Amino acid sequence: MKKKIFGLIFIVLVLVFIYAPILILAFYSFTNASQIGAFQTFSLKNYVTLFNTEELREMIIGTVLLALGASFLATLIGSLGAIGSFYSSKRVNAFFNTLNEIPVINADVVSGFSACILLVVVLGIGKETFIPLVIGETILCAPFVYLSVMPKLKQMDPSLYEAALDLGATPAVALWKIIVPQVASGIVSGFMMAITLCLDDYFIATYTKPATFDTISTYVVNATKGSHTEIKTALWALSTLIFLLVLGAVLIMNLKSVRDEESKR
Amino acid sequence: MKFSRKALGIPYAIFLVLFVAAPLLVLIYFAFTNSNGEFTVSNLLGFFTDPNTLGTLCYSFAIAFVTTVVCLLLAYPTAYFLATSGLSNKGAMIMIFIMPMWINFSLRITALKEILSIIEGNLAFYPFLNSVIGMVYDFLPFMILPIYNTVSKLDPSLTEAARDLGATEWNAFLKVTLPLSIPGIVSGVSMVFLPSMTNYVVLDMLYNSTYIMGSLIGSYFSAYNWHGGSMIALILLGIICLFTLATDDLTEEENAGRGGALL
Repeated sequence: MKKKIFGLIFIVLVLVFIYAPILILAFYSFTNASQIGAFQTFSLKNYVTLFNTEELREMIIGTVLLALGASFLATLIGSLGAIGSFYSSKRVNAFFNTLNEIPVINADVVSGFSACILLVVVLGIGKETFIPLVIGETILCAPFVYLSVMPKLKQMDPSLYEAALDLGATPAVALWKIIVPQVASGIVSGFMMAITLCLDDYFIATYTKPATFDTISTYVVNATKGSHTEIKTALWALSTLIFLLVLGAVLIMNLKSVRDEESKR
Repeated sequence: MKFSRKALGIPYAIFLVLFVAAPLLVLIYFAFTNSNGEFTVSNLLGFFTDPNTLGTLCYSFAIAFVTTVVCLLLAYPTAYFLATSGLSNKGAMIMIFIMPMWINFSLRITALKEILSIIEGNLAFYPFLNSVIGMVYDFLPFMILPIYNTVSKLDPSLTEAARDLGATEWNAFLKVTLPLSIPGIVSGVSMVFLPSMTNYVVLDMLYNSTYIMGSLIGSYFSAYNWHGGSMIALILLGIICLFTLATDDLTEEENAGRGGALL
């Protein structure tokens, strides 16, 4: 019993540590305070600024588009790479696995810096073409897609594909109708992971992005150093919106898994 | 050409060679040349003879070590109590702990900075303390999740057997549960230790200056000194490789990378 109470207190304290800053910021985002603690009155001005400032709007849309684009690219080549690697000889498979592991364990700073040196310094591709940025983000995400598709391929029953071929399907049709549906859940979770990594990335973006373009991360990092209060408090609103969005997504996922379990019974 | 499933991997193979392997080779080349393209070891010697860079190396080791220990001390009990509690919906509980992973880190650190500024005033007065707080705040979920995954899969009958055979509750934990949860601890440690040596942007946001290994790359980058930056990147890469080799044997889950924990 003592252990239970201690455990409960411990968990609650950790939760307070994790959520207090986010929730306090969320509270102040609905006021006209220019800093925490200086509570004055309820106001939605931060939200108005967030949606009406061109710079902020462009930055948010740009981040989302970049994340979607790079994740799509990463999912496409990562999934195909996993399928190709799975059906190749052991040596080729080991080659894929080894190279794939490098960006996973590497520090983002090193990945970003080395991508910048190769693409911008050696090959001379201009940062303003967005090519280094998109390739950089794809380097970050594709290995995780590969890693989430691979286990699904291993779990698959190989005889289904053989059966499809025996029944007259061409290999391409069998691949599309038999293999892809079976690994679809891995592809989807790989894509989701790619989106999360891209949205959260700071280092690859700083080293490869055009000077005039900002992602949420690079923008916020610069804004917190600056003294532009109006932008700073508008970012509290952005933080609150993202928190609510994530909370909503988690709730939906939970409800769905509960419902799935009930329908199984 | 006949359709082959193997051929599907070709684009990714080319991608990996061009954008994963080649940058590392370029990095090695730049690290051992000067701006005239001549071979030199002065970048390497420069690193190991300059007290500033050596100091930074030690400082980042210290930060990473303390951050990892604090994360472990917070995460292990949390994961343990969650996994062994009788809660019916543990999946939802663990979600609450790892949800911050999906909120942009820069926004979370902004929130932390505002709170810390109220408590401490000027954050630059306690750089070490604030670095550790910032890093722990950023990386804690990455420690909780793998430990939770390992502990929740442990067979409770093992602890019961130890208790039946006369071990005290504490001894049963120490001799049964803790050793069995080492794979989770190791993969958590590897997800926290390396980023806290390199993720200088957290410190940059908190008090506008940083003294860890990652920031050296950042400063060479801003000075367009590709050769010095490459050497630092290469040294970091060496540390990462050593660390990975050391921890690889201890983890079961090979896919438990940083993002592998996300979904």
